[in-house]
Amino acid sequence: MISKISPSIEASLADVKDGATVLVGGFGGAGMPNELIDGLIAQGASNLTVVANNAGNAEFGLAALLKAGRVRKVICSFPRQADSYVFDGLYRAGKVELELVPQGNLAERIRAAGAGIGGFFTRVGYGTELAKGKEVREINGQMYVLESPIHGDFALVKAERGDCWGNLTYRMAARNFGPVMAMAAKTTVASVHEVVELGELDPEVIVTPGIFVQRVVKIARSTTAASGIKS
Amino acid sequence: MSYAKLSREQLAARVAQDIPEGAYVNLGIGLPTLVANHLSPTKEVFLQSENGLLGMGPAPAKGSEDFDLINAGKQPVTLLPGGSYFHSADSFAMMRAGHLDIAVLGAFQVAANGDLANWHTGNPDDIPAVGGAMDLAVGAKQTWVMMELFTKEGACKLVEQCSYPITGVGCVSRVYTDHGVFDVTRDGFQLIEAVDGLSRETLTSMIGVLIR
Repeated sequence: MISKISPSIEASLADVKDGATVLVGGFGGAGMPNELIDGLIAQGASNLTVVANNAGNAEFGLAALLKAGRVRKVICSFPRQADSYVFDGLYRAGKVELELVPQGNLAERIRAAGAGIGGFFTRVGYGTELAKGKEVREINGQMYVLESPIHGDFALVKAERGDCWGNLTYRMAARNFGPVMAMAAKTTVASVHEVVELGELDPEVIVTPGIFVQRVVKIARSTTAASGIKS
Repeated sequence: MSYAKLSREQLAARVAQDIPEGAYVNLGIGLPTLVANHLSPTKEVFLQSENGLLGMGPAPAKGSEDFDLINAGKQPVTLLPGGSYFHSADSFAMMRAGHLDIAVLGAFQVAANGDLANWHTGNPDDIPAVGGAMDLAVGAKQTWVMMELFTKEGACKLVEQCSYPITGVGCVSRVYTDHGVFDVTRDGFQLIEAVDGLSRETLTSMIGVLIR
């Protein structure tokens, strides 16, 4: 019987290569797959391009990956946080490259990759610094900017429940980038708090169908600093 | 004649007064977030949050926060009965394709042609961060700005042309300030109302750009 359940975080990330592009879900702490990021730090891959909404808080999760010197480039919409001092320091020292992307362009570029779309025109960013050098086109009297898809080698996604076919549901606003990132990567690793039997997830409410997920790994429902959810 | 500027809460109440029942609204982080506290409980307004919430409710009681349920500013919130969750691409589809009636945003500057600057000071030492500002600025049916009219140094934030990097071209339709309310028209800023005790002439003379 097919099973996408990984025995451990270590096993689920064993083949991440140096130079990989890794899509990392989460908005602030909600949906941030800290356990998988810790696994990636232990795994040791370096020279990574990380695609995420933010660029880490304090010294855990993404910030810890940055601090370990594993990240060459960050593609994100909002790196600046009250406690993003690890990223801030690396950026000011020229040790990490930043591609700043409006959040909707980020989501749509990832979605485009997952949907086989080679690029799209959007009004967002037109006339601003963030569209500099990009192709523009007038469509029905309005100006649009051409944006390209963002593909991942890996996506690290925090979901709530999953089954051995890789079907996923999420919890509240922890969903955010998870579903589109799962679509856009060659290998999607999803952490879940509960692994359930096939058929237990109501087909009407499955958010990410299993075709987009290669590995599911169970994690404890810890109450971390980043995601202090109730038990 | 003397006048008092609106406080931040009074300004939030002034904006809230103009949001019609049934409107789908995104309140930007910072000052605009305060508007939520002043929406009349008898007026149903749908608040959207970029991280995937529609029907966002007020902050939870202390002790019942859930950090899987936060707003764009990463503060714990609640979801009203009838509210929904969705992923980021759907959320930004709402924000980018005119599904939202009103976006209320803060600003560094607004230009007479409606250009908005609110994402970056342009100072190379500052970490740039844009979030959903550019999406909201051009994607809502109406973009309202809510800000203090003057900087701490006394510079007027209504300008002929933005000196800060812009967020969107010609996207602002209305500006609520602590001194008065302005529309952005084809012919530049138009004064809609000045705060009590401040004459039209005095207010116009305080601003370095032509006001109709």
